[in-house]
Amino acid sequence: MALLEIKNLCLTFDTVGGKLKAVDGISLHVDRGEVLAIVGESGSGKSVSMLAVMGLLPWTATITADYIRFDGKDILNLSPSDRRKIIGKDIGMIFQEPMASLNPCFTVGFQIEETLRQHTDLDRAARRRRAVELFRMVGIPNTEDRLSSYPHQMSGGQCQRVMIAMALACNPKLLIADEPTTALDVTIQKQILELLVNLQIETGMAMILITHDMGVVAETADRVAVQYKGRRVEESDVLSLFESPKHPYTRALLSALPENATGDRLPSVSDYFLEEEAVTGGAA
Amino acid sequence: MSEIVLETRNLVRDYTTAGGMFRQAKTVRAVKGISLKVEKGKTLAIVGESGCGKSTLARMITMIDPPTAGDLIIDGQKVDTAKGVSPELRRKVQIVFQNPYGSLNPRQKIGDVLMEPLIINSDLPASERRHRAMEMLKKVGLAPEHFNRYPHMFSGGQRQRIAIARALMLNPRLLVLDEPVSALDLSVQAQVLNLLADLQDEFGLTYVFISHDLSVVRYIADEVMVMYFGEAVEYGTRDDVFSNPQHEYTKTLFAATPRTDVESIRARLARKTAAA
Ligand SMILES: Nc1ncnc2c1ncn2[C@@H]1O[C@H](COP(=O)(O)OP(=O)(O)OP(=O)(O)O)[C@@H](O)[C@H]1O
Ligand SMILES: Nc1ncnc2c1ncn2[C@@H]1O[C@H](COP(=O)(O)OP(=O)(O)OP(=O)(O)O)[C@@H](O)[C@H]1O
Ligand SMILES: [Mg+2]
Ligand SMILES: [Mg+2]
Repeated sequence: MALLEIKNLCLTFDTVGGKLKAVDGISLHVDRGEVLAIVGESGSGKSVSMLAVMGLLPWTATITADYIRFDGKDILNLSPSDRRKIIGKDIGMIFQEPMASLNPCFTVGFQIEETLRQHTDLDRAARRRRAVELFRMVGIPNTEDRLSSYPHQMSGGQCQRVMIAMALACNPKLLIADEPTTALDVTIQKQILELLVNLQIETGMAMILITHDMGVVAETADRVAVQYKGRRVEESDVLSLFESPKHPYTRALLSALPENATGDRLPSVSDYFLEEEAVTGGAA
Repeated sequence: MSEIVLETRNLVRDYTTAGGMFRQAKTVRAVKGISLKVEKGKTLAIVGESGCGKSTLARMITMIDPPTAGDLIIDGQKVDTAKGVSPELRRKVQIVFQNPYGSLNPRQKIGDVLMEPLIINSDLPASERRHRAMEMLKKVGLAPEHFNRYPHMFSGGQRQRIAIARALMLNPRLLVLDEPVSALDLSVQAQVLNLLADLQDEFGLTYVFISHDLSVVRYIADEVMVMYFGEAVEYGTRDDVFSNPQHEYTKTLFAATPRTDVESIRARLARKTAAA
């Protein structure tokens, strides 16, 4: 049985200008021990659909779905207090904008320990030990000092690693990672991806990874879902996707890398569509 | 002689964290004497390990934070940030922050965000201001219907583009971009990078471009600086740095780039199956 199953999720926002459809019938599932990567255009609803799972959307959002099941439980219709027991404990989320997601008024150590206080029976000393351990895991040096820093005293990538530590604090069954390494250089990105993959193998944690970086996909995913123009255009195992991408957008993602620039213009995705259309006569 | 738009000499920045009852105040040197020069119409890319002082350097160059020591020289003029900076100089030097959310006023609609600089700095009629803001919105891949929305109603990548659009509305001479395309998928990334290149060609804009993405750096940079623990460990033309890296960190950096070839993926999947 899948750990998380979403069937036909639709999401609308009420705005002054009327209703705005952000997600139109997305379905997905992820099993224990599996890594599902979601790639797609900016603004295609990747983040908001995961926030819907977490129950973190503003009141202007209307969510409908046939079901959202986690570990066999329907979480769409769960009472807020029952939901809070799952969120942050069994499901951890690394938010896309780390610097904006941490609370500026508290030290990062306090924020991690608070998460642990809410969801575990650890006493104060054990919570501190766990916080230190988590910071070491994500490669934040001078751990003891760093725990007493405020978010604004840390760099972008340090904040991102704090977020990762918080999401992992309670050994979640499912980790939702929304662009988890955008603020990290490739050397630290590599350490973090290794950490996540190892945890995932050791604990059977499932992971949904949202990214636009095909390198990150190649190094972590089992299965990949590609979204384009608000629709799911392709879904396959990671090998097939890299070996024989089917949709032109996927092919473009794989080849429109800046290292393939010819002359002084970057190829854009639409260039690829035009090329493909010239070849296929518009059948793509 | 080419014009030097930006120069720094031995720029240093210390952070002192407040001591408490049981803790001593501590000083950390985040930037340890950076000297650089950027010519008009050129792009200097800065890469380096997370936490090595890139954003700190960016905040000094854009006169947000004063340096602890060293000189900042813009268009040949020495700038003393601590003593105050003229509005004209402020307009000339713009920054796109690493954290776009934190730099947008949550109560201001995007259209107003973009039109505001035109109100302050020019006497264009309202209709023309609106027109220019709309045009800019489209250039960064957003749509007219986004004009009346507030910052929280956007996706991460959309907000990043709003921050770029706002900085460009001011017609800066020097633009410092701190991880400006990190959240953009390739289609939009290409559009934004091409826009920056066009503006550079047309108006001779000068960029300092901070990025973790080596392929983007390789595409956009004339010169590259590699920072490591607050120091510049590598500084040269793009081709020199990429083809002949000197410092150990730079070599590690180039080697850590993710592998997307099918063989590597196959090997990784095999390891996973074996471990399970
Ligand atoms: N609170 C909100 N009110 C109205 N519209 C919103 C709100 N939050 C998001 N949206 C809209 O919903 C759409 C999907 O946003 P989402 O953040 O899920 O995109 P995304 O796929 O994560 O993109 P990115 O890759 O840029 O992060 C966007 O067009 C955005 O403008
Ligand atoms: N206000 C502050 N008070 C104390 N220390 C700070 C402050 N701001 C930054 N630092 C520290 O200075 C160092 C450099 O930070 P900076 O933000 O410049 O790094 P960066 O190179 O931009 O990193 P990243 O790539 O992760 O964004 C970091 O170790 C950071 O923790
Ligand atoms: Mg997003
Ligand atoms: Mg930074």
